Amino acid sequence: MPELVKVGMADAKVGTAPSTLISYGLGSCIGISLYDPQTKVGGLLHIMLPDSTQSRANENRAKFADTGIPDMLNEVLKLGASRSRLVAKIAGGAQMFAFANATDIMRVGQRNAQAAKDVLAGLGIPIIGEDTGGSYGRTVSIDLSNGVYKVKTIDKGEKEI
Amino acid sequence: MSDDVASLSANQMDALREIGNVGAGNSATALSQIINRRIDMNVPRVSIVPLGEVPDLVGGPDVMVVGVFLRVYGKAPSNILFLLPRDSAFYLVDMLMGKKRGETQKLDFMDESALMEIGNILSGAYLNALFNFTNISLLPTIPALAMDMAGAILSVVLIQLGQMGDHALVIETEFNTDDEGIKGHFFLVPDPGSLETILSAVGVE
Repeated sequence: MPELVKVGMADAKVGTAPSTLISYGLGSCIGISLYDPQTKVGGLLHIMLPDSTQSRANENRAKFADTGIPDMLNEVLKLGASRSRLVAKIAGGAQMFAFANATDIMRVGQRNAQAAKDVLAGLGIPIIGEDTGGSYGRTVSIDLSNGVYKVKTIDKGEKEI
Repeated sequence: MSDDVASLSANQMDALREIGNVGAGNSATALSQIINRRIDMNVPRVSIVPLGEVPDLVGGPDVMVVGVFLRVYGKAPSNILFLLPRDSAFYLVDMLMGKKRGETQKLDFMDESALMEIGNILSGAYLNALFNFTNISLLPTIPALAMDMAGAILSVVLIQLGQMGDHALVIETEFNTDDEGIKGHFFLVPDPGSLETILSAVGVE
């Protein structure tokens, strides 16, 4: 029975096939996966905020795109992933409630998605799948035996990116 | 007091529980009058929980819920979130719209509007009681509604707290109708800076 590893909010897990890494109920948060298809090493990170330098509580590095992604990169490299083969997928970044005068914090989903893309670009890791935005929650998982990243929603069914 | 809420004394927790008690008691009365049913209410839970564990308070991040969200402005800015499991929300709509139990299977515009109004009334009742107790005047925004996974809906509140700390202070009350048909969770989540204001208003610093 392949292992199902739960990734909490502001949390990251890395592993190898045949594990599946899963994170439930993402709203404005982003689920970022890294995967090396040859060694079948990968990770899933659930960030809440774009930028640790804008926060007064930045001890938990997995909470932010700018610190969480490089940390997860180091962890998958330690497990034997090759940096040149790594590919990324991202999903989440919704705006759950529509307000007429959405403040910055309400649009944090959009900012999270942009930050994830910028950080990955800075690290030279290509994004080969993306499902961000909208106004609905997502449960995301990556199957480390084949790199399939699944996005489950309530109204829009399930898809693979 | 530190920015993070992980360090409150027993006295402070008691004071917050009492605030939850008067607020939610008033809300429960209001709800009871609207739907003409007895409402049971538990003793409010005041919990300081790691952000990631907040969704577990309502059954887990992937449970389907209807959430009515209000931002609260004033001297102690906070968030209010009224969460109902989906079936409870449908049953509440049945009652409000004079339908038979089980008739509502999805929410149309009118249903959503009715649930937001309930959120409005409950929040108003809660904040009124809080005002009588603390003399802090708080005004809610118009409500917003979403039906989705609990984790996704709660993330709206948790992300705001995440900028300031890694824990959430939640004052939470569970409502039940006497026939157990409707369960709801009412959350008051003060912004980290608001705690001091609330606690000093009730004389517990």
